Amino acid sequence: MNWLTNNWHTVLDLAGAHLVQSVLPVVLGLLVSVPLARLAAGSRWLRPLLVTGSSLLYTIPSLTLFVVLPLVLGTRMTSVVNVIVALTLYVVAILVRSCVDAFESLDRDVLQAATAMGYRPARRFFGVELPLAVPVMVAGLRVATVSNISMVSVGAVIGIQSLGTLFTDGLRRSIVAEILVGIVATVLIAVVLDQLLRLLGQVLTRWQRPGTGAREAGGRRRRDTRGPGRTAGGARDATGALAAVESGGARA
Amino acid sequence: MSLVADAAQFLTDPASWSGPSGIPQRLLEHVGYSALTMVIALAVAVPLGLWVGHTRRGGGVVVGLAGALRALPTLGLLTLFTLLMGLGLLPPILALVLLAVPPILSGTYSGIAAVSPALVDAARSMGMTERQVLTRVEIPVALPVILGGIRNAALQVLATVTIVAYINLGGLGRYLIDGLAVRDYARMLGSVVLVAVLALAADAVLALVQRLVTSPGLATAGDRP
Repeated sequence: MNWLTNNWHTVLDLAGAHLVQSVLPVVLGLLVSVPLARLAAGSRWLRPLLVTGSSLLYTIPSLTLFVVLPLVLGTRMTSVVNVIVALTLYVVAILVRSCVDAFESLDRDVLQAATAMGYRPARRFFGVELPLAVPVMVAGLRVATVSNISMVSVGAVIGIQSLGTLFTDGLRRSIVAEILVGIVATVLIAVVLDQLLRLLGQVLTRWQRPGTGAREAGGRRRRDTRGPGRTAGGARDATGALAAVESGGARA
Repeated sequence: MSLVADAAQFLTDPASWSGPSGIPQRLLEHVGYSALTMVIALAVAVPLGLWVGHTRRGGGVVVGLAGALRALPTLGLLTLFTLLMGLGLLPPILALVLLAVPPILSGTYSGIAAVSPALVDAARSMGMTERQVLTRVEIPVALPVILGGIRNAALQVLATVTIVAYINLGGLGRYLIDGLAVRDYARMLGSVVLVAVLALAADAVLALVQRLVTSPGLATAGDRP
């Protein structure tokens, strides 16, 4: 603990760098994936292209991208930009697939009801399709965030600053405490962000009661209808369909 | 783009393909570390996943354990174990096993747990013993999911073995670390390209295996491997 009290400033700086390199790709990846997935859903040529492309991309090791990207982007090899771009690509690879599945398995009756109520395509997308896809997106985001946080530290091997630097520096100078602090800080960031995303998902999908897992969604629907729900009836009926999406997504 | 040409030259130079630091030797080390890791991880995670999936006891613990292990940074474990146990093969293999266990464990557990209870009840009522239920019904039905987890783990291990060169071991990452030390970018590029090619090849082989061992009875049910 002595090491930490003397170096907490460095640890905070590195934790900040680590956060930027892991969270920014999640935000950028989400912004790219949602429109891409919506376009690909139901498309005969874009869908297979994206699904194959994203699984191929995901097979390429992160260190490969960290080293190859400077060549493509013209950045320095120790630049955080390489990590951010590489991890954004991974986030897209994870999210596009689950978002395509989410959009494709929306209940047709719900979409038709929205159209019949006078929703134009744009409003139907933001008001109905997107909210119904939230549980699947949050599940994908949680996976992407946790895996990003552990991948960022690998960049330290080729000199990119993050909490991983505590590992390489700790090994070089034989300081066990430094490595332990790095591990604990990394896990802490992962757990906190994961829980924040879980909460965000709950807030965004209030028609599913807090604590109502996908498995229980079907059973609790009856009680939900009596509750003071502000959402349209169609959205509530879609809960069962979403439970199917979520369990399917978890398996994929 | 001359860097690309330099990297290509490194990869095609006959001198890179022979001797104790040649590409075949490094490739063999890389695959060797990965295989050793996978054997140990499979021996730990598959029986545990089968048991928890079959008895449906402790599923929450397994999911929580797998999630917690997933958040651990492998580079941190690698450097920590090396400091505590010294150089050698044990520290990196231990760190890599901890990387490989979560996907195998959760794949095996969720695959078995997702087998329809009606199927299991039918097997029991036909007079199958618990062992027969597991080996003749649950495992064959869950095999695509179990293999999906194993494939995932194998890819992560192959990619991560690259960093064991950081603690003076071999593998394809050797060129990356050595190239970094002397600022030879072409060699680093060659190294990571080799790792990527290895990962893509391994993924293709595992995908083929996954397709071959999937029971024909499952293939018609609109599965997505």
